[in-house]
Amino acid sequence: MKASRSTQLFWIAGAILIILYALIPVFWIVSLSFKAGDDITNKQFLPTVWSWENYKTVFASDLFTTALRNSVGMSIIATTISVILATLAAYAISRLEFPGKRLVLGVALAITVFPVIAIATPLFNLWRTIGLYDTWLGLIIPYLSYSLPLSVYVLSAFFREIPWEMEQAAQVDGATAWQAFRRVIVPLAAPGVFTAAILTFFAVWNDFVFGITLTSSEAARPVPAALAFFQGASQFSQPTAPIAAAAVVVTIPVVILVLLFQRKIVAGLTNGAVKG
Amino acid sequence: MSTTTPAAPTTKAAATKTTHRRVRLTDRARKERNLGWMLAGPAFFVMVAVTGYPILNAIWLSMFDYRLTDPGAKSFVGLGNYATILTDGLFWRQFGVTVIITVVTVAVELVLGFALAMVMHRALYLRTALRTAILVPYGIITVVSSYAWAYAFSSTYGFVNPTFGLGEFDWFGGTWSALFTVCVAEIWKTTPFMSLLLLAGLAQIPDDYLEAAKVDGAKAWQRVKRVILPNMKAAIMVALLFRTLDAFRIFDSVFIMTAGAQNTETLSFLAYRQTISRVMIGLGSAVSVILAILVVLIAVMFVKVFRTDLSQQRGDRK
Repeated sequence: MKASRSTQLFWIAGAILIILYALIPVFWIVSLSFKAGDDITNKQFLPTVWSWENYKTVFASDLFTTALRNSVGMSIIATTISVILATLAAYAISRLEFPGKRLVLGVALAITVFPVIAIATPLFNLWRTIGLYDTWLGLIIPYLSYSLPLSVYVLSAFFREIPWEMEQAAQVDGATAWQAFRRVIVPLAAPGVFTAAILTFFAVWNDFVFGITLTSSEAARPVPAALAFFQGASQFSQPTAPIAAAAVVVTIPVVILVLLFQRKIVAGLTNGAVKG
Repeated sequence: MSTTTPAAPTTKAAATKTTHRRVRLTDRARKERNLGWMLAGPAFFVMVAVTGYPILNAIWLSMFDYRLTDPGAKSFVGLGNYATILTDGLFWRQFGVTVIITVVTVAVELVLGFALAMVMHRALYLRTALRTAILVPYGIITVVSSYAWAYAFSSTYGFVNPTFGLGEFDWFGGTWSALFTVCVAEIWKTTPFMSLLLLAGLAQIPDDYLEAAKVDGAKAWQRVKRVILPNMKAAIMVALLFRTLDAFRIFDSVFIMTAGAQNTETLSFLAYRQTISRVMIGLGSAVSVILAILVVLIAVMFVKVFRTDLSQQRGDRK
């Protein structure tokens, strides 16, 4: 449809409004994080003096730096394992005939439907009995099971669009099913796998429920959970400004991933949901 | 197959050849089966082991009067916990709060998400900027966005009150205003996801349909109502399903923004508080099970409506 100049202006105005809608709350927390001392209660959008003070406070606090290390470590490990397992499963689902295929998909769907909190509380009991409570492994395991369905769906959608014939051609040329998978499908599937990895990372990085229910100390507590238990410099000062600074720090990876891979993320989200 | 064997040598040879091929085929199929399970097995195992056991365990524990701090007094009460919960006014109030949050946020998100999707679909300029900006709320940690909104509405730190001339209004002092802030935070964070799903549906409508409607003199809103909406029903249903299930489980933002104060507790929050804070394992498990059943019911309802809707649509087209 060829749009006239005035309708195009209308859509541009809409686009600018949406960009403001999406970014104003983010700018607000950034601005809050630069307000030092009493400036925090100035009730204005911007600080009167921009200061790094809150960032210094946050990085000087063990509570935050350990939580950040936990979050980064556990997210990377969980994302890696989840994407590897999901890639294998999605390949099988989209390419192979085997009994129980629908069962795998059904279980994946059931998990996405099941409330996280309903899993977290029984896991709390179980983990305490078997000693996984308050450990990295104790969080990585539920992260895996909760991120697997998403990556399996996203990846199956991607794999379905990879040309079948290439794989068959490789098999005709004497490659085994495994070789066909490794040499032909993997290079074609790499972009999809990458997208699934980003979405999985977002999901794991965002976790709060497991973070607060399955940890009790700094040993494994990830940043979102740590933020909820954050204290100010002294026990009596409100931790608002440091929380804002910490919040900005954990938002940076998200913004970087979005800036670099927005096209892939959009494709992954829409493919997985509508076609999957 | 055995009936074909007592035949001439030539056919016999042919027959063995086919059986041979058949054996190889089933062999191949068997290999494919094995490979299928080898590849899908680990993911399946992780999903079932980590969720299957806790679900069964929750159902089992929900039938006990069991307090962690007093394990000696653990006793079987059957469906007693369920009776306790379902006859408690508190549960129903929290159910109501959860339903209100779900209905309000999903309804607003649908309208807003549709507007966003339209703009993303039509805008020729700022496309990349638009998609990048919209992914920030999607990717941001819920706890972070909850803090951002809680501080924005706060009467001590926030810019909302001065901006709208509301003086010292305490948003978190009353049930409705507190719920309003929670809904705003939820809507802000999750509308982008909704709009991307709707955008995918929008992109599948052929431009010819809209051209034809325009030529026939349909006004903008008529085109939306008569051409666009009916043609993206599937996308709308998927988006609604995903978001409704998600909204019904709302937890993070309530925890951060109100901590359940002023009667803003939701069902997820109740389950958390019973088990983790009050260590009433039995009662908490029962709440979890009820929550899960409700979510499954919602999903089943959606799928039912979805099916009849799609078949009706197909009927219309014929």
